[in-house]
Amino acid sequence: MLRTLKDLLLLLVFSCLWLGASQITALAQPATPPDSASMIARGEYLARAGDCIACHTAREGKTFAGGLAMKTPFGTLYTSNITPDPQTGIGTWTSDQFYTMMHNGRFPDGGLVYPAMPFASYTKVTRADSDAIYAYLRSIPPVKQANRPHDLRFPYSNRSLIIGWRTLFFSEGEYKPDSTKSADWNRGAYLVEGLGHCGMCHTAINALGGSSESQAFEGGLIPMQNWYAPSLTSNKEAGLGDWTIQEITDYLRTGISSRGAVYGPMAEVVYNSLQYLNDDDTRAMAVYLKSLAQGTSPEKPSSPLPSAESSLLLSLGKSIYDRECASCHGAAGLGMPPHYPPLAGNQSIQMVSAVNAIRMVLNGGYAPGTAGNPMPYGMPPFAHRLSDDEVAAVVTYIRTSWGNRGEPVSARQANELRSATLN
Amino acid sequence: MGFVTLSARYQFIFACLALVALPFDAAQAQPADRAPDTMAARVLACASCHGAQGEGTSDEYFPRLAGKPAGYLYNQLVAFKDARRKYPPMNYLLEFLPDAYLKQIAEHFASLRPPFPVPAIPVVSNEILARGEVLVTHGDPQRGVPACSGCHGPSFTGMEPAIPGLLGLRASYISAQLGAWRYGTRTAAAPDCMQIVASLLTEDDVKAVAAWLSSRPAPADPSSAPRGSLPMPLACGSEPN
Repeated sequence: MLRTLKDLLLLLVFSCLWLGASQITALAQPATPPDSASMIARGEYLARAGDCIACHTAREGKTFAGGLAMKTPFGTLYTSNITPDPQTGIGTWTSDQFYTMMHNGRFPDGGLVYPAMPFASYTKVTRADSDAIYAYLRSIPPVKQANRPHDLRFPYSNRSLIIGWRTLFFSEGEYKPDSTKSADWNRGAYLVEGLGHCGMCHTAINALGGSSESQAFEGGLIPMQNWYAPSLTSNKEAGLGDWTIQEITDYLRTGISSRGAVYGPMAEVVYNSLQYLNDDDTRAMAVYLKSLAQGTSPEKPSSPLPSAESSLLLSLGKSIYDRECASCHGAAGLGMPPHYPPLAGNQSIQMVSAVNAIRMVLNGGYAPGTAGNPMPYGMPPFAHRLSDDEVAAVVTYIRTSWGNRGEPVSARQANELRSATLN
Repeated sequence: MGFVTLSARYQFIFACLALVALPFDAAQAQPADRAPDTMAARVLACASCHGAQGEGTSDEYFPRLAGKPAGYLYNQLVAFKDARRKYPPMNYLLEFLPDAYLKQIAEHFASLRPPFPVPAIPVVSNEILARGEVLVTHGDPQRGVPACSGCHGPSFTGMEPAIPGLLGLRASYISAQLGAWRYGTRTAAAPDCMQIVASLLTEDDVKAVAAWLSSRPAPADPSSAPRGSLPMPLACGSEPN
């Protein structure tokens, strides 16, 4: 009897041990397969960093089912379905084929991808990160929605032209860390130059729709959208050399900072992508972005001497400013940061291109609603209340007052931007 | 016990230090102006077209928002954000605002009660005005046109949660909206009852309805009718039953 009990106990103990061991094995197993939950989560995070959703989801459309019209100087492109639907999405693609698309801009059949897909940036993404994004995209619900054919003008409708474009503007290759720089700097460079594809807007685009590597991050007008993406290398534009790391991370993460707030296309980037990045990555991007502009401090501010004509413009500008703007931005242009941005010393107001300042006056704008700033403040539009002359006067006033060094703008410039695409 | 005493003593010392340090801090820090932490300050972007209190402005095409039910205002904000209701300046402003915030904005304007504008002096004939009154209050049963009051209330102040009031709006705005529904440029959740109603109206009907509604004086009580209190003649996707 006793022996039987002892046996029973032993059996129980061994059973428990065996069960425990098998549980450990079961826990250990999912770490190896490619589509583990953690890999999918990492892929989702990286897809956020790459802002895939901004282009691959149409308004009111299904997530990642494509169909968004992208107007380009060459015609309209329609983005593709990247859900795992086997017929209309990328459900039959292998991870190798996905990597080839990201890294080399080629479809599984070898066809060339239009460079509106930022493969010239994504080529810097590592194979491991590409595989994680692939795993994530396989985990989302498949959507059956056929891709809409592009509507490109002749001769751009000829895909073989892409070969020429690639020869000029595409250099394949994963990001190579610079061993002389910090880990933060390298991580930031990897994100900014790779998944972040910041250069797509912040590098001037030429008549061929390409951007030259030697002009990387030097800024340019975004075609069709009529917003100016400022230079990230010049402190006279959006160069962040004089910003603190905290100011840069606030700006990237929440959309507002004590130096300025994001509007226009950059509001989209913060809303859909940057607000989701973790502290380490945001900081790394800030470190890298700050380094891009170091050593080029802004010149000492000096007020331009007004001629008779521009002094008339300035006095009209000042009266409009005092009436319409000063209640938030202050008589001395100091604003009430971070919600009412300062105008005095604000780089984006003094840039050679006055496009953004004019558009903010015409169209107003809300900073994006983010986790860090869920209830943003908005700038009122004035297009319906101010004439072209008045817009020119008030923009000239803010570009040249309080030590700001911008050039005056004309009524014609203001008028041209009235018809700019809003949305 | 001794530890507790010691700890309490340290706390006291720290408190004294903090009290001493506080005035210095306050003196050193610039009293930086902060934007007021209010909804009114946050929605100043709306004021240049809709008025600081949502009362409307002199521009005929920009509607009064104040006092409309929050559900209605929220539906419009979401429709503009998603560009289902098309007006580029609004689509642009709302594109990157989260729905939770749009709800707060809607509730803000719904809660405001600024005075109604002076009613418009009709610029149409008495005959057209009379036609408008009949259509608004009785509809046209022969053509299947329901009375506006059936859903928008006998005093046209709307119904909670999502049927708007029709007073304090100008004729140009009302006819532009009815036109937008007729031509399909303004749509709402299915069944889109206003699209059905507007498609039954002729251009003359629209002119008459807009003229009469815009000439109405302010309601004695601007509150919307309670949820479900009106016998709606049509099912509406925007107004849950």
